[in-house]
Amino acid sequence: MDSQAIATHPEHAHGEHEHPPYLRHHFATVEQQRETASFGMWLFLLTEIMFFGGMFAAYLIYRNWYYPAFVAGSHQLSILLGTVNTAVLICSSFTMAMGVYSAEMKRKGALVMWLLLTILLGTVFLGIKADEYHEKWEKHHVPGLNFSANDFVNGSKGYPDDKLAPDMAQKSQVYFSLYFAMTGMHALHMIIGISILIVLVIRARQGAYTEGHMTTIENFGLYWHFVDIVWIFLFPLLYLISRHQ
Amino acid sequence: MSAPNEPASDHVHTIVSPTVYAVIFGLLLLCTALTVGASYLEMGIFNPIVALGIAVFKAVIVVLFFMHVKYSSKLTKLTVAAGFFTFIVLITMTLTDYLSRAWGRW
Amino acid sequence: MSTIVSLPDQQTATLPKRSYLNSEYGLKSWLLTGDHKRIAILYLISITFFFFIGGAMAGLIRLELLTPQTDLMAADTYNKLFTMHGIIMIFLFLVPSVPATIGNFLIPIMVGAKDLAFPKINLLSWYLYIIGGTLTLAALISGGVDTGWTFTTPLSTHYLNTHVITAGLAIFVAGFSSIFTGLNFIVTIHRMRAPGMTWFRLPLFVWSHYAASILMVLGTPVLAIALVLVLLERTIGIGVFDPAKGGDPLLFQHLFWFYSHPAVYIMILPGMGVISEVISTFSRKRVFGYTAVAFSSVAIAVFGFFVWEHHMFVMGVSNYSALVFSLLTMLVAVPSAIKIFNWSATLYKGSITFETPMLYAFGFIGLFTIGGLTGVFLGSLGMDIHLTETYFIVAHFHFVMVGGMLMAFLSGVHFWWPKMTGRMYPEGLSKLAALVTFIGFILTFFPQFIVGYLGMPRRYAAYPPEFQVLNVLSTAGASVLGVGYLLPMLYLTWSLKYGKIAGANPWQATGLEWQIQSPPLTENFLETPIVDYEAYDYEWLANKTKNEVTTVG
Repeated sequence: MDSQAIATHPEHAHGEHEHPPYLRHHFATVEQQRETASFGMWLFLLTEIMFFGGMFAAYLIYRNWYYPAFVAGSHQLSILLGTVNTAVLICSSFTMAMGVYSAEMKRKGALVMWLLLTILLGTVFLGIKADEYHEKWEKHHVPGLNFSANDFVNGSKGYPDDKLAPDMAQKSQVYFSLYFAMTGMHALHMIIGISILIVLVIRARQGAYTEGHMTTIENFGLYWHFVDIVWIFLFPLLYLISRHQ
Repeated sequence: MSAPNEPASDHVHTIVSPTVYAVIFGLLLLCTALTVGASYLEMGIFNPIVALGIAVFKAVIVVLFFMHVKYSSKLTKLTVAAGFFTFIVLITMTLTDYLSRAWGRW
Repeated sequence: MSTIVSLPDQQTATLPKRSYLNSEYGLKSWLLTGDHKRIAILYLISITFFFFIGGAMAGLIRLELLTPQTDLMAADTYNKLFTMHGIIMIFLFLVPSVPATIGNFLIPIMVGAKDLAFPKINLLSWYLYIIGGTLTLAALISGGVDTGWTFTTPLSTHYLNTHVITAGLAIFVAGFSSIFTGLNFIVTIHRMRAPGMTWFRLPLFVWSHYAASILMVLGTPVLAIALVLVLLERTIGIGVFDPAKGGDPLLFQHLFWFYSHPAVYIMILPGMGVISEVISTFSRKRVFGYTAVAFSSVAIAVFGFFVWEHHMFVMGVSNYSALVFSLLTMLVAVPSAIKIFNWSATLYKGSITFETPMLYAFGFIGLFTIGGLTGVFLGSLGMDIHLTETYFIVAHFHFVMVGGMLMAFLSGVHFWWPKMTGRMYPEGLSKLAALVTFIGFILTFFPQFIVGYLGMPRRYAAYPPEFQVLNVLSTAGASVLGVGYLLPMLYLTWSLKYGKIAGANPWQATGLEWQIQSPPLTENFLETPIVDYEAYDYEWLANKTKNEVTTVG
């Protein structure tokens, strides 16, 4: 019964290293714990790539099929709001990166400030997004719930030439379905991110991440930047189709 | 105790300086302006290519610098590559159907 | 017949004083545990529960098919039954079967770690599974779903008034449980190996779980997004798959099968890992071509992502693309065949003994080979047109999933039961169960190959009278099979209290898990093991045992 390990090196027993309080019992070293957590986070981001990947595949196929409807649909989005939102999100990525740096430098005040800024920018993004959704609702561009193809059959304000055959005009529903599915999923990720950020700020004020153990902040940074990358692709794909027409 | 035998530390943990972050930040904003501008130019089939090219460039610098992949272990780099590989498989293999459907039956 | 079972002297043997089972007591210590072994036991109990629910449905389906008319139940009840049978068996039994139970229990021990990399996420994964299971039961009780387990659009989005949303959510949640299990395994295998445990010293069980985990992590999210889009289409009416709005229903199938084809490898790969361990142990030989078997697992995982369209050959996909996918499908047969050949070569000139796990493993090899080869028939374009949507398909995937995976699962449970509980089950009874399962299985599903080839379509409650003889055979077989599955349930439960004390290494196996006490300690190893021998090195084991005897004596 006592045939425990196969061969053991007694000199490697416990007590050789100091064990900081945040080292979980099943890890040998802090470095191992840190690398493990980061690797786990990356694998989680892979699942996120594939999650959004399904929608990107759908987008690509339908854009090929219904290009005129996609152009007309894209013309209905506000390029100003889209660009501002892209800039806001890039700023939030920068503040998040600075937050990770502050944690690395063990500056508690700076960390809290950068995280709060990130929350602020994320909220601004969501606010602008909500405004855009509201506009879509008023223009009857929400497939399923409130949709009318009028703007695409008769042309719309600003784009009087977007007159599609009735059949193709109906296909703009596919564009808006994808628009809402993709930006909606993206917004959901933002909401989840901001909720986590609020918890992180509270814990950061207690000094949880500025005493050498900052894996959580680092990993959250990865998540936040990933959400940013998704938007970096959504912006040209949804807002910038043939603006010159 | 021992580290896992995999070369866990084939890299030193690097702290990326704020200067690098600021440069990347500036580049990202610049690229955003570029991509909006490019969409107003008539470039035929190159419009989507330029738009996607800029987006890919932005994504790559975010991944490399903001997400520290440039300074990370080979395993992390491999993981990122695996993600994009599978994503490409999903897209291209689905497209084999959609692109050739128009060719009709033989 | 010789045997290698070596149990300690029952007069003096005792279970270890301290083990993961008695380190803490009370329901709370189980429900809030971070210990991978306890979570494995939680999983084992829950998947057994769902297995018997799914099995009861299978029984009712076979009972309905006893006669050509729809007499036992209405046709739409029958539709709901086979749908729920599929959903429960695939998402709540087969996908987590070996990985979440045996894999969860063994992978940390096999790589020489104290636990999985993320114990809390492991527990979260079990809770997600339970939420998914509860939602499935809710869908079942509130009236069931009749889309088929494939949720095919536009049937699932437009034409049915059953509980598609509840069932879809259930699968979405259960999918995340599977993602977290896979993620945990990959990280553990990469980052938590003990010193000296190089990649090519890992047991093949670990390799096959690594391959399956890759599929879980990369495939499942695509299923998740496909289901989300179906649910959005059902609730608020967005039009990604809706032909009336310009969507393509086939796109749903592309996304669905992008996961669900690799999912069959998620189900079978861990089973193949079990078989490698069992075959090697009971022929006292290193697995022939260790490297080939290891890489064939990875090859199956990679090829698995390139073949999904073969589920859609008759549904209007492009001919040219179907040709490509058909050829790629043939390729997957190669790594599977490599495994079968290598296991056979392992048996060659080995000193084979016929313990229960070995009997199940033999069952696996035979049935999986038949199931796999008929898969090649179905992957070829011309045959597929004739055979698709018939009972030939039903027989094919039951041969792989039930004949293959369930046999492997039972083989694994019997093989590691002494390690998990510290007790042996009654040997004679368990061999009988293995035999009954095999006979019942063949009797149930072999007639379905014939009846399918003759043209009987699947998914109908009624059929032409000329098929009745074969269907009666099949139903009779199902009752035998049912007995075969109930038996282990009974004697394994019995053995928990009355079984013989197993000792640390009843099978004389070489894996790290057999060198520690059974049942293991909560922390698995007292000292981090240093691995200085190859996997399946029986000479090393013989030396070790000899030295132990001399030191004790």
